[in-house]
Amino acid sequence: MRVGVLSLQGAFREHLGVLDSLGADCCKVTRPEHLENIDSIILPGGESSAMVRIAATTELFPALGEKISAGLPVFGTCAGLILLADRLTDASLDGFDRLGGLDVTVARNAYGRQRESFCAPVQVTGLDGTFDATFIRAPQILNLGTGVDVLSEYAEVPVLVRQGNIWGGSFHPELGTDLRIHEEFLHSLGATV
Amino acid sequence: MTQTQTLLNTGLAQMLKGGVIMDVVNEEQARIAEAAGASAVMALERVPADIRAQGGVARMSDPDLIDGITAAVSIPVMAKARIGHFVEAQILETLGVDYIDESEVLSPADFVNHIDKSVFKVPFVCGATNLGEALRRITEGASMIRSKGEAGTGDVSEAMRHLRTINSEIRALGAKSEDELYVAAKEHAAPYHLIKQVAGLGRLPVVTFVAGGIATPADAAMMMQLGADGVFVGSGIFKSGNPEARAKAIVEATTHFDDPIAVAKASRGLGDAMVGINVADVPAPHRLAERGW
Repeated sequence: MRVGVLSLQGAFREHLGVLDSLGADCCKVTRPEHLENIDSIILPGGESSAMVRIAATTELFPALGEKISAGLPVFGTCAGLILLADRLTDASLDGFDRLGGLDVTVARNAYGRQRESFCAPVQVTGLDGTFDATFIRAPQILNLGTGVDVLSEYAEVPVLVRQGNIWGGSFHPELGTDLRIHEEFLHSLGATV
Repeated sequence: MTQTQTLLNTGLAQMLKGGVIMDVVNEEQARIAEAAGASAVMALERVPADIRAQGGVARMSDPDLIDGITAAVSIPVMAKARIGHFVEAQILETLGVDYIDESEVLSPADFVNHIDKSVFKVPFVCGATNLGEALRRITEGASMIRSKGEAGTGDVSEAMRHLRTINSEIRALGAKSEDELYVAAKEHAAPYHLIKQVAGLGRLPVVTFVAGGIATPADAAMMMQLGADGVFVGSGIFKSGNPEARAKAIVEATTHFDDPIAVAKASRGLGDAMVGINVADVPAPHRLAERGW
């Protein structure tokens, strides 16, 4: 059971660190051939506009998009959520391959610029107590299709959602010391951690 | 600074990792940088090469210029304040820039003190030439460190020296016993708790970029192979023959830094690199890296 982490740009080292400390077998993914040996993938935070342009130099996104629609488990955080969203509210990434598959509309940077970035405790389905969620220039999930379950909300807006094999979150579970959301994702893969 | 603020400040730098931050002087350049895949832009009035050529006091940019660039792109925007000029930093904070660079590229406003960065809601990046300097900036509240290099020269040798110095000083800490770290703290003129943390981590506790003199895809890839988390490119892009192509190529080389075939491909057909100046030909009083302490 190997978890890939998309490592074009952004917080891939942090995700790999969390997976490592949970004892998961994990590896970086930067090229299409890296997709052959993974059983799931995490798409980290970072700058989605940089990621789509870096990805455009290889066939990585079309190949990954096909794998996701064929059932590859995927968890996109922040920029990763933007890559998975079926719809965006602005045109800034138009003309570039994304991945899609998650039936939501996402607004980039909708929680504001860096000075509006914040941490807040949120309830997450399946977890006891609260989870301290870190929102950095975060995207907002606006509309959900009927097949999308909300796992967590902040101020009555969904911040963590799941549609079958596809997980997406506005915040950064890889920052801080609480590993439970990664654990939940790994459990959903049948991993014993 | 509260723990939450530290997490948010260092967190944004973590999101920029593996990316290229490009100096831009107008909205058109900002759009070119974003289109090339920059992970952020640095908004300023003159790139370092022009500051060097034109001389005079270099200050924070006009807020109108920064606002224009901020409105033109969706990626984070950074801007520079003079060393020690806390009011320029306050102004940049009100403009909503995402990161402030307390920069030796501008003329220092204070030859003794740096800005107390811990009182701001906006994070700071600062230059450093060695480990002690990096840790003093972190103590003052910097959430990201970059090498100083020698800005505006297109000569990568100083950035190389700074990054290698920081790396080798960190490795030397790792070889010390715990009771030797007290003296190390004294020698580096840095707080003991940070020295101990760095010795344990084997790297700085914040994201570390390289800056100053990066002009080619190979320069960027070399710095990444030496362990930089990402790259600032100042004059190297918009002082070259084909900024669009060079910007894209440097982004590509930064991502695929450990793949010489990809870096070779990125290096083809870019037109003229910036002409540059050899650091050795810059008289000592005009060397920007020596500003800050």
